[in-house]
Amino acid sequence: MSVPERASDIRAAVATKAISAVEVCRAALDRIARIDPPLHAFLHVDADGALARAAEIDRAPAADAPLLGVPVALKDNICTAGVRTTAGSRVLEHYTPPYSAAVVERLERAGAVIVGKTNCDEFAMGSSTEHSAFGPTRNPWAPDRTPGGSSGGSAVAVAAGMVPLALGSDTGGSIRQPAALCGVLGLKPTYGRVSRYGLIAFGSSLDQIGPFARSARDLAALFGVIAGHDPRDSTSATAAVPDYAAALTGDVRGLTIGVPRDLLSEGVEPGVRAAFDASLDALREAGAVLRDVALPHAPLAIPVYYLVANAEASSNLARYDGVRYGTRAESSTLHDVYYHSRARFGAEVKRRIMIGTFVLSAGYYDAYYLKAHQVRALIRRDYDEAFTHVDVVALPTSPTGAFRLGERTDDPLQMYLADVFTVSANLAGLPAISIPCGVTDGGLPVGLQLTAKPFDEATLLKGAEALERRQPMRRPDAGRP
Amino acid sequence: MATVLSLADVDRIATLARLELTGDERARFAAQLSAILAYADQVQQVDTSGAAPDEGAGGSRMRDDEPAPSLDRERVLSQAPAADRAAGLFKVPRVLGS
Repeated sequence: MSVPERASDIRAAVATKAISAVEVCRAALDRIARIDPPLHAFLHVDADGALARAAEIDRAPAADAPLLGVPVALKDNICTAGVRTTAGSRVLEHYTPPYSAAVVERLERAGAVIVGKTNCDEFAMGSSTEHSAFGPTRNPWAPDRTPGGSSGGSAVAVAAGMVPLALGSDTGGSIRQPAALCGVLGLKPTYGRVSRYGLIAFGSSLDQIGPFARSARDLAALFGVIAGHDPRDSTSATAAVPDYAAALTGDVRGLTIGVPRDLLSEGVEPGVRAAFDASLDALREAGAVLRDVALPHAPLAIPVYYLVANAEASSNLARYDGVRYGTRAESSTLHDVYYHSRARFGAEVKRRIMIGTFVLSAGYYDAYYLKAHQVRALIRRDYDEAFTHVDVVALPTSPTGAFRLGERTDDPLQMYLADVFTVSANLAGLPAISIPCGVTDGGLPVGLQLTAKPFDEATLLKGAEALERRQPMRRPDAGRP
Repeated sequence: MATVLSLADVDRIATLARLELTGDERARFAAQLSAILAYADQVQQVDTSGAAPDEGAGGSRMRDDEPAPSLDRERVLSQAPAADRAAGLFKVPRVLGS
C-alpha cells in the first residue's frame, strides 16, 4: 500500500502490518531528498538512525503505541543523544548532546521515528528563520517568502508533506506564527505542560515545546505523547493529562469566543482580516457564541516581551563561553577565549544579549526589567478577567501573510512586530493554537489563533477540529503527494 | 527615560556580556539598540501600582535535594573544546600568573 498522509492512518497501517515502519520511513526520507533542497527545512537528516529505529519497530511492534512508525521531525534546539544539535548557531555547529530531551524519550516510547532536525532562527531568536547561521528556510507556498519563525523548518516539513508531525518551541510565537504562515496547525501548550528538559534554553519563563500537524487529530495525538510531568524540569506541571482525542467531537455549541476588537483596528492586512472574520462566522454557524472582550494591556505585550525575553536570554546564553561545549576560539588568555568564542554569535543573538544585559545592569534594572514584570502581571490579569466571560480568545495569529525574504532583516523592530498577537500567551503562560483558516488574495495562508485558560488545550483542539470539518485545509503545490 | 546609547555605552554593555563586536556592529547596535529601547520605554508610562512583579511569571516547584546518577563524565567531556579526560577536567588557558 502507499503510505497514508495522516499520522493516525500510518499508525493503524503499521500496527496491522499493512505497511512496514521501514517503508513509511523510506517514503519520508525519499520525499525529503526530493523536495527539501530548495526549501531547506532540514539541517540534518538522520537517515541511518531513522531506518534502524523503523526496523526495530517492525521486529517488535507495540500495537498500542500511539505514534507507531510515524515519522517526526524535531526543531534543532531539542537535544538528541548522539545526533548533532545546533540550535541554528555556529557556536553549536559541532555539538552532539550527551543526552536526549524528555520529549525525545517520550516520542521513542510512543513508537515514533525521528527522521531529522529542522532549521530555526539561531537559538530560536527570530520570526522568519532567516537568522539561522545555516541559511534561511523558504515557504512552500511562495519560495520568495519566509516560513515565519523561529520554528520555520518544522512548519515547512509538515506543510510540504515531508513528515506528518513535527515539534517546535515557542517563546513568543515561534510555533504559532510559522504554523500560520505555512498553513498548518501549531500548538503552544500551557507553561509547564511539556518538559523542557533538553530544550536549549532561550527565555526560561516563556519557553514551551509544542506540536505541528496537518490535522487536529494528529496534533492531539502528538500533544498527548509529549504532555506530562517530568521532575527534571522544575517548572513541569503535575496536572493530569486528559485524553485529548476525546475533545474532538466537532460540537462547539455554546463555546464562547471572545474577540478583542480594539486590537484589530490597525495593522491587520485586509486579507488576514477577511479570513479571520470568515472563520469566526463558520464557528458561529456551528453554534459557538461570539462576544467582545477587552485586553487593555495587550498593546504593551511586545515591549514587555522584548525586555523579559532578552534579559533571560542574556543570562541563558552566558553558558556559551567556549569551555564546556560549543566552539572555542583559541587564545592565550581565558578572557580572550570568552570574547573571541562569543564573537561567533550571529547579529540578532548579539543584539538580544546586549539588550538583555543592559536592562539587567545596575541603574536600569528597576526601570526596565522590574517594570516589565509588573506590566506582565497586568497582561495576565486582563486574560483572567476575559476568561470569566469567555472560553477562548480569538485573534489572527499573525497580522500579515508570509513576508518576503530580506524584507525585515535590517529592521529588528519591524521583525518583532510579527509577534504582536502571539507574545501575550507566553507572558501569561496560557495555551494557544494556530489553526489554518484560509488564504489571502495573494494565496498566502492565514492562521486563526485561539487562546484558552491554563491547561485547557482540549478546548483549543476541539475548536480546531470543528473548524477543520467546515473549512477543509488547503495544501501548497509543494505539499501535494 | 529617553535612552540613547553612545558607542561608549555599547562598549560597556559588550564588556559586561563578554561579547566581541566588530566596528560595524558597534555603530549599528548603537542606533538599533537605542531604537528598541525607545520603543520599550512605553512600559514606563503604565500605572503598575498594585501589580507585583513576580505575579506574571510561572512558578517553580521545590524538590528534595537527593543524590542521583548524573550524566556520564566521559560523554560530557567529549563535547569540550579542550579537556583532560583521564583527570576528568575541562581545560582553559592559564588564569593565574604567567
